[in-house]
Amino acid sequence: MTDLAHIRNFSIVAHIDHGKSTLADRLIQSTGTVAARDMEAQLLDTMDIERERGITIKANTVRIEYEARDGQQYVLNLIDTPGHVDFAYEVSRSMRAVEGSLLVVDSTQGVEAQTLANVYQALDADHEIVPVLNKIDLPASEPDRVAEQIEDVIGIDASDAIHVSAKTGVGIPEVLEAIVARLPAPSGERDAPLKAMLVDSWYDAYLGVVVLVRVIDGVLKKGDRIRMMNTNAVYPVDRIGVFRPQMDPVTELGPGEIGFLTASIKRVADTAVGDTITHEKHGCAEALPGFAPSQPVVFCGLFPVDSAEFEDLRDAIAKLSLNDASFSTEMETSAALGFGFRCGFLGLLHLEVIRDRLEREYGIDLITTAPSVIYQIHMRNGQVIEMHNPADMPDLTHVDHIEEPRIKATILVPDEFLGDVLRLCQDRRGLQIDLTYAGSRAMVVYDLPLNEVVFDFYDRLKSVTKGYASFDYQMAGYRADSLVKMQILVNDEPVDALSTMVHRDRAEVRGRAMVEKLKRLIPQHMFKIPIQAAIGGRIIARETLSALRKDVTAKCYGGDATRKRKLLDKQKKGKKKMRQFGKVEIPQSAFISALKMDD
Amino acid sequence: MRDDWQAGGFGIYVHWPFCQSKCPYCDFNSHVAAAVDQRAWARAFVSELRRYARETPQRIVNSIFFGGGTPSLMDPALIETLIACIAEHWPLARDVEITLEANPTSIELGKFKDFRAAGVNRVSVGIQALNDNDLRRLGRLHSTAEALHAIEIARAVFLRSSFDLIYARQDQSLSAWEAELSQALALDLDHLSVYQLTIEPDTAFGRLHQAHRLPGLPSDDLAADMYQLTQDLCKSANLPAYEVSNHARPWAQARHNLLYWRSGDYIGIGPGAHGRLTVDDTRYSIDTDLSPDIWLEKATRGNAEHSRVPLDTADRVTEFVMMGLRLSEGLDLLRLKQMGGALIEEKVANLVDLGLVTRSESHLTVSAHGRMVLNSITRELLVD
Ligand SMILES: Nc1nc2c(ncn2[C@@H]2O[C@H](COP(=O)(O)OP(=O)(O)OP(=O)(O)O)[C@@H](O)[C@H]2O)c(=O)[nH]1
Ligand SMILES: C[S@@+](CC[C@H](N)C(=O)[O-])C[C@H]1O[C@@H](n2cnc3c(N)ncnc32)[C@H](O)[C@@H]1O
Ligand code: SF4
Ligand SMILES: [Mg+2]
Repeated sequence: MTDLAHIRNFSIVAHIDHGKSTLADRLIQSTGTVAARDMEAQLLDTMDIERERGITIKANTVRIEYEARDGQQYVLNLIDTPGHVDFAYEVSRSMRAVEGSLLVVDSTQGVEAQTLANVYQALDADHEIVPVLNKIDLPASEPDRVAEQIEDVIGIDASDAIHVSAKTGVGIPEVLEAIVARLPAPSGERDAPLKAMLVDSWYDAYLGVVVLVRVIDGVLKKGDRIRMMNTNAVYPVDRIGVFRPQMDPVTELGPGEIGFLTASIKRVADTAVGDTITHEKHGCAEALPGFAPSQPVVFCGLFPVDSAEFEDLRDAIAKLSLNDASFSTEMETSAALGFGFRCGFLGLLHLEVIRDRLEREYGIDLITTAPSVIYQIHMRNGQVIEMHNPADMPDLTHVDHIEEPRIKATILVPDEFLGDVLRLCQDRRGLQIDLTYAGSRAMVVYDLPLNEVVFDFYDRLKSVTKGYASFDYQMAGYRADSLVKMQILVNDEPVDALSTMVHRDRAEVRGRAMVEKLKRLIPQHMFKIPIQAAIGGRIIARETLSALRKDVTAKCYGGDATRKRKLLDKQKKGKKKMRQFGKVEIPQSAFISALKMDD
Repeated sequence: MRDDWQAGGFGIYVHWPFCQSKCPYCDFNSHVAAAVDQRAWARAFVSELRRYARETPQRIVNSIFFGGGTPSLMDPALIETLIACIAEHWPLARDVEITLEANPTSIELGKFKDFRAAGVNRVSVGIQALNDNDLRRLGRLHSTAEALHAIEIARAVFLRSSFDLIYARQDQSLSAWEAELSQALALDLDHLSVYQLTIEPDTAFGRLHQAHRLPGLPSDDLAADMYQLTQDLCKSANLPAYEVSNHARPWAQARHNLLYWRSGDYIGIGPGAHGRLTVDDTRYSIDTDLSPDIWLEKATRGNAEHSRVPLDTADRVTEFVMMGLRLSEGLDLLRLKQMGGALIEEKVANLVDLGLVTRSESHLTVSAHGRMVLNSITRELLVD
């Protein structure tokens, strides 16, 4: 146990890819926390998907021991956070567990959308902020210009920002000193009743549920009986420890310290992040304010390509939810796709990550339906229905109006692309809230419908700005608009999995694009197939897939019978990969392509 | 069940696996060999025939077919030996059909009379094209003049003859095909097999095609037009299709091939030859080694079969439907039922609605229109 004055707790925050995890590597390495031979790049990004995509998804905590220039020994608890907007929730709760933030800004890029978002959150959490200008080893680095920009755009003092190369290690000693000198020590009472924050929890195959805690007051020891104030559950503590970054047992955790406990908790769902942990007896009187829960905002259906794999999918989803409480699932049945799950995600990247993990770690081929948001259907009788799936759209005659979720989007973009960005936002039914300049960069704030964003906004933004824009958003309430459900009819049969909600003015364009795509994806049949997009009973787009003209084997004699029969038997198996709609067979692959959100 | 094959008849197929050269489109089991010891082959064929004769005594042979490869390269004496051997071991039908496949080169034409003397009563000649340039591109050793001469000789020597043509060739236009087919039809033939050029994977054409180096093949639409044109021209020349690619005067239909499409029993002799044989209550699918050397050695040792697999009801039904739907006479539904097979009525009704099949009490018949998409129809009926 360490006295409060010798503890510093901080998070490392930045826009995506500005070098948080690499900076964490250097801090870990230069303090000898991990032996040189065990070092690897982005050491804390341990999930396959993190390593593969080179991004952080889950926040990670490490305890570092550091002897400062004043000759004293300090304990530093760092939390490396993800940069992507989908995982902003990880950042905000990490910040609640610490007193300061290292704000990393890539000195070749400057302030980006998440830089801003992170600063606002850090200020909100009353953090001391130390700006770190990273990647000064690169020729394009302009630390002075970026420091100025930080002052202009964010309004915090950047005169003593530290110039660093997380790659080469330049400036790392200065960062360590600044942590000790500029960030505040935590406060807390060793003798007060135990009060600890449940920061995060996850499932470990060997240890069961592991809980990340930050002790505020009092002392947590192995064997203590603890109470979760929110859920009121009581557990005996099996183990406590800290991360270096591997799990290392300690005998106790005192005020200001960050570590973990295990307590034979069965499911992650039994732990509420933000909850207050205290002792069963002589507990603290008042709980911590807690965190606002994370809310899934994007929904889609996940169906196994091979319907026989439904049970496998169910198991896989159950296992994944053990570890990721931020995605929600419920059973769904589709006439088109059979049994599957409707899942809610924090954003599109989160959706992709989960889908990838299901496919890769559990070996299940999936069909993903078009992403949708939660619509509020206001019925004439005053009832409000939360609709996660356009297939559940109630009878229109009972609907008074439909409201959709809006977001407040902040986009930073070089001047030259501003026109394109404004056009894109306008085109997506955006309402401009603000437009300011910081040097040659513009900052635009728009109120946009989330449904226009989940479709392909991010990809479009990247392409119109050649990758130079950055984007961040927050949910911003609901508003009514003229929304309709667009159905796709194949050979006059509606295909439920292809239904989407669209704005009336955009329905025709969307409908046209969809039917044209389907025409290319559905194989020819023995008859011609109309493919239509419809709103209510009205057809808004139509294509006709012509009938197959010729499909016949020229020669088939005695010697061919065996081979042809076996070919037919093989086609029987291939047929599993088809879905039947009335008389039309649509290959699974057509759904996957039709519903792909990026083209 | 035990006698179902009788509705199709009983035949013997003899495979001669050698050719003078290998055509680039051909995936038949044919090889170019320097020297062939025809006596050794005679002994092997005879040994195999005797083996089967012990298994199927008393069956009346409806048809004998010498196929290949190029069986017209066989010594007429060898043909004679084999026909005699068959006649010795089985009763021959009074109207037995004995066909020999022939290539239209002069060496072979010279032997036609000897083949007739040996007992052959029908020839099937691979004309392929009536256009010298295309014949060359198809790797053929004969010219148009030789082809026309072959037709003349064949008809002079044999009462029944048939000719093969291949269309949908590289750079062939619809009008060129129309002219060529009309020229053939003007000869007043009795039987014509007209095949769309199929690019088979394990051939020279297949490999070129794979490498995008076989230009000028027709689009699916043009191929469909060519097929349609073939149907129309043959029909008006009084040579209606009795099968997907086969056209004949009603009396001139090839009995041997009908036997395959009607799921009769047949013995296959020679490398790669397949057989279907119903013994006691079981129908077997029999195949043999493809390699001429191995086959010859195994046959000489007493049994050239590579495998003999009993077919279950599902297999038999699949084959019966798949083969039977190719015929204009239609699929015999009574036999299908006796075999333990059934069609899904709803699917049949859909196909009837689409005008692709017609259905009577006793038969399901693919319409001329439906024949163009026969594989889809077969899949629809057999795969659920
Ligand atoms: N040249 C140079 N490259 C750096 C430096 N720091 C980080 N990088 C590179 O920048 C990329 C992103 O680095 P990360 O450390 O993964 O960035 P991050 O901020 O953790 O990214 P997220 O977790 O996805 O938000 C990697 O390719 C790093 O190698 C630096 O100082 N110099
Ligand atoms: C066993 S083959 C050959 C008979 C004889 N050797 C000949 O070439 O004339 C029977 C017929 O099948 C046809 N044929 C072979 N390969 C073909 C292909 N790839 N596509 C279309 N028809 C083919 C030819 O018309 C050929 O005459
Ligand atoms: S088409 Fe006839 S001649 Fe040519 S290789 Fe095939 S079997 Fe031999
Ligand atoms: Mg990272």
